[in-house]
Order: sequence, then structure tokens, then C-alpha cells
Amino acid sequence: MTTMSRARVLALGAALALTAAMPGSAQERVKLINVVELSGAGATAGTQWRNGIDLAVADINARGGILGRQIDIVHYDTQTNPGNTRAAVQRAIDEGTYSVLGPVFSGPIGASMQIAQRAEIAQIVGGEAAGLTRQGNQFLFRTSLSQAAAMPKLATYLKDTVKASRIAVVWVNNDFGKGGRDAMLPELQRRGIQVALDVSTEQGQADFTADAIRIRNANVDAVFVYLNEDESARFLLAARQQNVNKPMIGETTLLGARVIQLAGEAANGARGHVGLSIDAPVPAFQDFGRRYQARFNIASDHNGLKGYMAVHMIKWATERMGRFDRKGVADTLRGATITPQMEPGILITTKIEANGDLDRESFLAEVENGQQVIKATLPMINP
Amino acid sequence: MSETAASPVPAKASGLAGGLLGRLDGVLLTLVAGAVILWFLPVGMGRYGTYVLTLWLVTAIAVMGLNLTLGIAGLKSLAQGAFMGIGAYITAILGTKLGIDWYTCFALSGLACFALGLVLGFPALRVKAHYLAFVTLAFSTLVWLVLRNEQWLTGGTFGISNIARPTLFGLRTDGALAFHRFVVVVTLILALALWWLVRSPWGRAFLALRENPIRAASLGIDIRAYTLLAFAIGSAYGGFAGALYAPLVEFIDPTPFALSASFMLLLMVVAGGSGYQLGPFLGALLAVALPEWLRFTGGLYLIVFGIVVLLLLIVCPTGILGLLDRGWTALKARFGASDGSRP
Amino acid sequence: MAELVAYIVAGLATGAIYALAAIGFTLVWQTSQTINFAQGEYVMLPAILILAAVAFLGLPVWAAAILGAALFVVVFGLGFKLAVVDPMIRHGVLPLAIATMALAIIMKESAKDFFSSEAQTFPSPFPAGAVDVLGVSLSLQHIAIIAVAFVAIGALQWFVTATRTGRQMQATAQNPGVALILGIPVARMVMLTFAINAGLAVLASVLISPIYLAKFSNGDVIGLFAFIAAIVGGFNQVRGALAGGLIVGVVDSLAAAYISSSYRLAVPLVLLVVIILVKPEGLFGRREERRV
Repeated sequence: MTTMSRARVLALGAALALTAAMPGSAQERVKLINVVELSGAGATAGTQWRNGIDLAVADINARGGILGRQIDIVHYDTQTNPGNTRAAVQRAIDEGTYSVLGPVFSGPIGASMQIAQRAEIAQIVGGEAAGLTRQGNQFLFRTSLSQAAAMPKLATYLKDTVKASRIAVVWVNNDFGKGGRDAMLPELQRRGIQVALDVSTEQGQADFTADAIRIRNANVDAVFVYLNEDESARFLLAARQQNVNKPMIGETTLLGARVIQLAGEAANGARGHVGLSIDAPVPAFQDFGRRYQARFNIASDHNGLKGYMAVHMIKWATERMGRFDRKGVADTLRGATITPQMEPGILITTKIEANGDLDRESFLAEVENGQQVIKATLPMINP
Repeated sequence: MSETAASPVPAKASGLAGGLLGRLDGVLLTLVAGAVILWFLPVGMGRYGTYVLTLWLVTAIAVMGLNLTLGIAGLKSLAQGAFMGIGAYITAILGTKLGIDWYTCFALSGLACFALGLVLGFPALRVKAHYLAFVTLAFSTLVWLVLRNEQWLTGGTFGISNIARPTLFGLRTDGALAFHRFVVVVTLILALALWWLVRSPWGRAFLALRENPIRAASLGIDIRAYTLLAFAIGSAYGGFAGALYAPLVEFIDPTPFALSASFMLLLMVVAGGSGYQLGPFLGALLAVALPEWLRFTGGLYLIVFGIVVLLLLIVCPTGILGLLDRGWTALKARFGASDGSRP
Repeated sequence: MAELVAYIVAGLATGAIYALAAIGFTLVWQTSQTINFAQGEYVMLPAILILAAVAFLGLPVWAAAILGAALFVVVFGLGFKLAVVDPMIRHGVLPLAIATMALAIIMKESAKDFFSSEAQTFPSPFPAGAVDVLGVSLSLQHIAIIAVAFVAIGALQWFVTATRTGRQMQATAQNPGVALILGIPVARMVMLTFAINAGLAVLASVLISPIYLAKFSNGDVIGLFAFIAAIVGGFNQVRGALAGGLIVGVVDSLAAAYISSSYRLAVPLVLLVVIILVKPEGLFGRREERRV
């Protein structure tokens, strides 16, 4: 440590001590509580979401906070259990959180969304299940496309680009996978694509050999894979091992950087639709991906991006109002369109529908030589 | 009652046999006084604190049932979480889909679990000891699979939301405090029922059964009927707890009733003090309230929780009340009490 | 028919993994009559320790493997025996079984919080390459697992029946009291069993992780299947673990192929219940005399 920097640290310390001693300085901060799956089945997704939030808070605080107030962030684990989630959201509200961040899994969201609604506090969640925004809750907001919005894009891709007429669907039997499958099947049917094989797999499943053999033996043109990242990688490895030479089509959870890192060569050829991806041809995404990697020593998946943008949604709404108003956050977000010019931390133009759903551009991508390559950009559904 | 060295639970058994009779009224007093304290405790505590207290009591009901099965009748069940789930789902489905009032749902939940306990108990009688644990383990996972897969009935992974809270004499219990007090009353009634049961001739037969099944048989106790009954009643308490859990959280999905939940409930029985009437309350406090309280330690709170439980079990394998009992006996022996006949 | 054979071969390959993990259940059962509910975590953790040694200490993989294995055997083999089993075993088997549940929480949460919540690739000790066996492509890794499972169980069988130490170990398992009177160093024998258990867990971990990736939550699935395998095969026989593992692997594979896949997990469990009802000591288990 040089003399110069030591002096700076001392000065900083003195400044901090001074600030702490000043009356009313507690009001100069804003408290945000994140309630998310940090243990249990959702721990992988929840940790990414938490990291994204931590990065956002560090960025915002470094640039002077929200309306001059520094953010104090607190993370509460839900153990991926609805009862605990409800307790934690209740605690967050009792402790005066400005907005509720999280959770990511739909079950825990379902258990806690009424609490935030009754308290009239905005809750920014990472869930993708279609049903969440169909309950008339005015305080619930997503951070990604709902499955109901993403699946038509994938079904069209299967029909027009892959030209598949018989496919196998492999899904993870949790709220994420089941929700995706249930949203996908009617879209496939509408386009005349037949589901010849419907394979349910378990969350945390380790061995996919039997599933891979089953798909290899089935007479299908393509495989729609809707699993969480780690299971996607295991599935791709098993499928490659068993010589399943069929196009693997999926979402962000099949094409993401994490899956490519884990599955290695077996990920090549996987393709499909990507919503939030650090590989998307958006400089802000790529920059986020690099800084996330540098800070957490791991590649961000879509949940990291979601957490990052969740905090910035609150920041944008507050600055837009020009004051701190809990209920106002929800009112301001509803129906808003936020562009990166208005708030750089939003990264990509995002339209918030009246029911809390989001609309954004998204991408068609393919994994080539261990890299996610974007093939086309899909426009917003209702720009 | 003399202890043989071969008994697997010497400390616990002598504590019960020797101490319980003298302390029965102490248990009763503690239950009633505890209920009065818990009635007023959450005033000014905030909704979060109240919710955790209520969750503790609801969990304690399930643990009480398992304590009867394990601590009193000596059967190891890994299905209490599943019974809780069955109760919660019966209450949620009948309440939200058919509009049946909570009291009927509550009774049906207990009854269904009682009946299932009888059915599941038959293998328990054929294959004793650890094998019941295996059968109930399979049962737990099967129940979880049904809850998750039969979406038309249970809502599958998306669960059931908007579960109504009961009304009492026309008073709604929607508020946190009102529902907490409702649960205090139900818990007290269920705890008193068990207290009476253990004290009754039935209960003594249960105790005899655990201490020495073969001797109990030779004394004319019908092992089969009593074991079955203990398991079924214990399971019914799981159903009762579930019937309260559903309106407490107002939302259920299969996760809280997975196999790990049954493990945790078993942990609560042993950590609290298996066989002690008040043990379930301490065990549930440890598992429900301690992790919440440990949140101040930050992200590592579950590790701290695991270490606390591990150390607790190493220091006192008979649970918290086992330790207190041992301390109490030692004290009495030192100060010349008449029953200081411990080895 | 060819299809059926393929599923069976795939099931046998997976079953060998369960068998390797299940041996630990039978070993701990034989010496302490208890169930180690942390057995799945025992198979999960060594790989994480090795990866952590590579990441934090910058060691080459072989050195990290030696360090990780040694550390694991000392802490979770010998340390577990001294710190957890010894003080608790006098109080019956249930508190000890519960203590292993707490241990499982600690191991799992530590792997997640101190290392990573994400799956990690794990280097394979065997060269890449695959062999086609009756319609199933088996990697050399898989074949190694099958071989190691058989060799390990064979060696253990040989050890307990043909060597002096092994016979002492078995005598200890059957009746510690009598063994003590006969002058067998009972404490050392029990210690040896726990060390062997930890060593086998390291072996299983190193073999499985390249295929399944190393992740903190792997213990859940592997533990459950190994547990079912041990019950099906017979808890009190080492070779029961092998048979049980292979049977469960095949049953699971066939269930995935021919039965509604959302109920796939139910099939091995139903098998378990049937076996308990028909032959409670397991297919290859020894009937235990009833202890009053």
C-alpha cells in the first residue's frame, strides 16, 4: 500500500466516521431486502440472482446511490420452501424494505406475493411461470419474459427453421420445467408439430443415459430440452455419449455460458431462443458478463442478469418519481417502457405490461465451437 | 422398575419411569401456562415474529405425534412430513375447491392420516425396528410424487393458493395475531389430549411396549393393536398439523412435505428429548426458530444450525430434556433424595 | 429386444455407481448398527475438496487429489468416528443417525457456501473413449466404475474372510462384547471400518464426478439411490450392496424407458417395499437374530 493510498483510506475513514456521527444520516440510506433461494433445490438459480443484485448495488452505490441515498442490501434465504419464504417476505416488510426482491422459483413466489400485495409494496421476482401474472396482483413484476411469451417464439423456430414435424420434449419436473412444457404443448399443436415422446426428468437428476437411449430410439426430428442449466449439461453429455444425433432445441437454460462450460464439446449444435444472455449481441450484456465473471469468478446465467436489472428497475422508478414512495414504485413501473438511455443498468429496452409481464427483444442462437453465436434478433411482441 | 443393561434407551427410560409420574402435573402446568404466555406474547411483536411463533406451534403438533410414535411406542417413522402434507392438501383441496369449512377439513385430515397410519402400520408390525423406517421412507417419497404429479387435483408443482383461514364463533382469523391465538388454542387442546392419553392405562401400555416389547406381551398387552394405534394416532397429529399449516401459509406446494421434512421432524423429536411430553416444543423451537434467529450470522446460518444440532446431540444424545432430566436426577441424588438409585 | 438389452446394460452401468456408494451404508451398519444419512454427502464432498485444493491452493490435480483424499479420510473417517460415533454409540443408534442428518446439512451447506453453488466439471482419471456394449455406448469412465465396484467389493469380501485383521473386524461387527473378551482390538477395528468407508467414498466421488459433474446437491440423489440399493441388497452384507445397486440401476433404467417417467422414481421404491415385505433382511442379507 503506498503512502498516497493509505492517506486516502484514512481520509475516507474520517469521512465515514463524520457521516456516521451526523444526525439523521440513517435516513440517507435506503434498505432493500432480497428474499431468495440460497439453499435447497433453488440454490443455484438463487445464488446467481443474489450475485446480480450485489453487482447492481455496488454499481449504483459507486455512482452515488438512488437519489443520493446509498443502498443497504440484505439477503434472506428461503430454503426453497414456501412457508419460509412467506416468513422472510413478512420479515422484509416488517423491517421496512423499500421493495421486495425475489424469489426466483414460482412456488415460493406464489406463497409470498399476497404479503407484498397487502402491504402495497412492489415485488420484483425472477419467476417465469405463466400463471404468476394472471392473478391480478398489481405489485408483482417479472424480470424476464414469461414462458407464455417465450414458447410461441420457440415453437415457430421449430417449425420454420428446424422444420420439425415430430419432436421429443425433455423437461424437468419442477415449476420451471412443467410450466414451460405446459406453455409449449399447445403452441406445438397449433403449428402441427407432433410430440412423439414426452420425457419428464427429476430436479437434480444425475443420470440421463436411459433418457438419451429412449430419445435415440424414438423416431423424432428434433429434441426440445427444457431443463435447468446443470441438468441440461448432464443431459447433453449423456446424449452425446449415446450418439443422439438430433437437433437439440431449447431456451437460455440450454444455450447459456454455464451449460457450454460444463458440457464442453457436447453443447455444440444446441440451439434455440435466448432471452437474457451475456453472449447476446448487446454490448451492455457482454460488459455485464465480464464484470460478473471478474467479481464472482463464474459466468452469469440469466438469473444473474435478472437480479441486476431488478435493482435497476427500482432505481429507475424512484428517480422517475423524484422521491422515495413504496407504493409509487409499483405505480410507476406498471406500463412503463425503460430504455438503456433512461437507465443504463436496464441494459436493454424493456416494456412492462400492466399485469407485470415484460416485453423485450430476444435472440435466436446456436452453439458453435464452444461459443454461443446469435443468428437472429426477434423483435418485441407488442412494441 | 429396574433397568436392564440391554435396554437401548437406559437414561431416557429411567427418567421417564422415575420422573414422569412425579412431574405429570408439572407438564400440565407448563402447557397451560405456556398457552397463556403464547396468547399474549406476540402483542407488539410484528407480523413476522407472530408468524414464526405460529409456525413453531404448528410444527410442534406434528412433532408431538411423532413423539408418540417414536418416543412412546418406539417406532421409527420417516413419514410424518408426508402425513402433514396429506392433511395440508386435504384441507386446501376441500376448502378451496368444495368450500368445505375448516373444522370439517381438520377432522377429515386427522381421520385420513389415522386410517393411512393403520394401513401403513401393518408392515410395521411384520418387520420391526429399522424396517418401518424404510417402508415409511418409500411412502413419503410416493406421497410427494403423487402431490407433484396429479396436477388436476393438487395443483402439481404450482401448488394451491388462496387457502382461507378459519372463523371461530363468527370471528375471522385472517389477521396474524388472531390466527396465532387460534393455533395456540388448537395446540393446547391437542397437547392436553396427548397428555391425557399418555397418563391413561393406554399410555402406560405404550410405555411398557417401548421398554420391553416381549415382556409387555407376556403381561398380556396386545402388541399388535397398541403399536398400530400409537402409529395411527401419531400420524393423525401429522394430519392435524398439516390442516393448520395450509391456512397459515395460505399457499401449499409439495416441497415442504418432501422426505427431508420427515427427516427434520425426526430430528426435532430426538433433539428435543424423545419420550418427553414437552420435548416436541423444544425440538420444534430448535428447528423452526433457531435458523430464523441465526440469520444474523449471514449466509452461513444453516451451517451454524447444523453444528449446533450436531454438538447438542453429541453432548446430550437424549435431547435437551434428557440432559435436564439427567441434571435434575443428579441434583436430587446429591441432596439426598430417596430415589437416587441410579447406577 | 435389442432395445431392452440396451436399457439393461445402461442400468447396470448406473447401478455400479449406486453400488459403490451403497457399500458405505453396509460398512457403517455392520460396525455400529446405524445408518449414515450423510452417505450421499460422503460421495459428494471429496470431489469438491479436490477442486477446492486446485482452485485455492493452486495445486496440480494429482496433488490436490492426494491432499483432498487424505483430508477427507482423516476428518470424515477417523474424525467422524472419534468425535461423533464414540460419544454417541452408547445411547442407542437413533441419536447417532440423527446426528448424521445434521452432518449432512453441514457438509452440503459448506460445499455450497465455501466452494460453489454451481456444478463443476471434474477431470477424468481415465482417457476419453467409448466402447459399444450391446447398443449402449459406455465410456471408459463407466467401465472403470463397473470394474472398480466389483474389485472393491471382491477385495472387501476377501479382506474380511481371508485375512486376520478382516476376521477380527467381522467378529467385532457381529459381537463387540465377545470380540473384546477374545482380545481383539475392537476400537481399532471400528476405526478401520470408518477409514475404509471414507476411502471408498473418495473413490466413488472421483469416479462419479467426471460423469455427473461435481455439485453440492449431488448427495441427495446418490444418497437416496444408494440407500435403496443397500436395503434391497441387504444391509448387513457387503456383496448385498453390489447386487442391490445393480438391481436398482436396472429397475430405474427400465422404469425410465417403459413407465410414465414422472413416476419413474416410484418404481425402485415399490420394489423396496415389496422386498421388505417378502424378505426383510434384503435379497442377499443375513437374517439377524432378534435382540430382546
